[in-house]
Amino acid sequence: MTERGRKALLLAPAGIWLLVMLALPLLVVFVFSFGERGAAGGYVPAFTLEQYANLPARWTAFKNTLILAPLGTIAALVIAYPLAYFLAVRCSPKWRTSLLILVIVPFWTSILIRSYAWIFILGGRGLPALLESIGIDDVRLINTPFAVLVGIVYGYLPLMVFPIFVSLDKLDKRLLEASADLGSTPWRTFRQVTLPLSVPGIATGCMLVFILLMGEFLIPAILGGGKVFFVGNALVDLFLQSRNWAYGSAVAMTLVVVMLVTVSIYMKFIARLGGQREDVSLM
Amino acid sequence: MRLYAICVYLFLYIPIGIIALFSFNAGRHASQFMGFSTQWYGKALNNPFVMDALETSLLAAFITACLASTLGTMAAIALQGVKGWLRTLFDAMIYIAIMIPGIVIGIATLIALVTVFGWLNPLLASLWPDGANPPQLSMGMPTLVAAHTMFTMALVIIIVRARLSGMDRALMEASADLFATPWGTFRQVTLPLIAPAILAGFLLSFTFSFDDFIIAFFVAGSETTLPIYIFSSIRRGVTPEINAIGTMVMGASLLLLVAAQLLLRRGASKSNN
Repeated sequence: MTERGRKALLLAPAGIWLLVMLALPLLVVFVFSFGERGAAGGYVPAFTLEQYANLPARWTAFKNTLILAPLGTIAALVIAYPLAYFLAVRCSPKWRTSLLILVIVPFWTSILIRSYAWIFILGGRGLPALLESIGIDDVRLINTPFAVLVGIVYGYLPLMVFPIFVSLDKLDKRLLEASADLGSTPWRTFRQVTLPLSVPGIATGCMLVFILLMGEFLIPAILGGGKVFFVGNALVDLFLQSRNWAYGSAVAMTLVVVMLVTVSIYMKFIARLGGQREDVSLM
Repeated sequence: MRLYAICVYLFLYIPIGIIALFSFNAGRHASQFMGFSTQWYGKALNNPFVMDALETSLLAAFITACLASTLGTMAAIALQGVKGWLRTLFDAMIYIAIMIPGIVIGIATLIALVTVFGWLNPLLASLWPDGANPPQLSMGMPTLVAAHTMFTMALVIIIVRARLSGMDRALMEASADLFATPWGTFRQVTLPLIAPAILAGFLLSFTFSFDDFIIAFFVAGSETTLPIYIFSSIRRGVTPEINAIGTMVMGASLLLLVAAQLLLRRGASKSNN
């Protein structure tokens, strides 16, 4: 067999699989988004922009996603950065690997179960009961945007810590010594040396978390109790409850487009900041 | 600084600890600890719905991991040195698979397959001999495995390709110069070197498929996987039985993760020698 033939044979299964299970379904969503809803649900072929014109009906879901996804990303960054800094710069090398693994471990356990844990803590008999015993009454935490935000930070913190750690770990520690020797205060060294050099890690972490948050369903479903919902929750509702495939497809297409546009604007912004992006893998 | 780190670790581990602690609760109520007991583990393991869901999840995860690691490795090896439109197409599809939210992949797969099956079923029925029952294509285990394999195969291609690019190409050329057949080179040179990456890909695929909720929710049809079972139980309220199941699932995922890490590390140290 020729080299070409062998390669084609090796590539064919994966290629066909990706075409049938990825490219075809996405094409179907694109086509369906211009269709109409059947009388009993499902899809009727048509060419209309009606579904897209109807998008404002789901504005709340988009608004919640576009507020809570960036907010959750920033909250995760603010909490993750000092920890990544501690692990990369301050912590003794003896402990570094173990502590790093301890950060990543929760990420590889079911996010469903980890979000569910917060029902305990934020639910009526958890933190609110504790607050009541010290005299702060009537605190509602579960099914609020706050609960969803806590779930987000909890769920995606490891994904933020890791890339920042990698960029800080690569940083040449002699630069910090040089800065100190030249009379900089520790704060000034951090602001003018450490922080700018860790921008690639921050950029990667923020993008990973933001992309995952845009399509989030589980955390709002479990901790938002139907009051705080994302586009993902609207999609589940449209496809599994009201079976409105055409409208659901339009919402899905819009989500993907909004996501791509936000991410490309963000990348341009990061490029202008001067940090060159580097790929950081999780494993 | 150290105090801050301790606080973050507490934040990460207290919720997991609470679940594990309450899974040993003797009392019925989920929020008060009434003494130590393993009764909920017994209840969970004797619940036929839980065991069915577990079986479905394990089977789907195992088939997914086998398919994804085999097909993904084949593709990663063949993609070496491939340029032009074919390379662009593969890279684009892998990038899209990773980038598109799982929920969009789930609904897209659902409506595409339901539509295709809607065309194929009458066709199959007309082709089938009279009197015999024609097969009905519907959403279920095969579609679940197909969807999970699509995503995890993309992951395996990335992992194995990273390993291949870190490998010394001279080794393969030397093997060819010494008159090894392509298959011989693969079996005796390439495979031993990339084996840790393939195994890590297998374990990651297994864990992903086992833990995935959102894609399975759409494409599993009448099958109930363990995450789907847990999700619908949570909707009905918090029970100690769910805590016991959750603790067991987390424990199992941890074992797999540790295994994957050890394999990757052993592979890395081997190639450095």
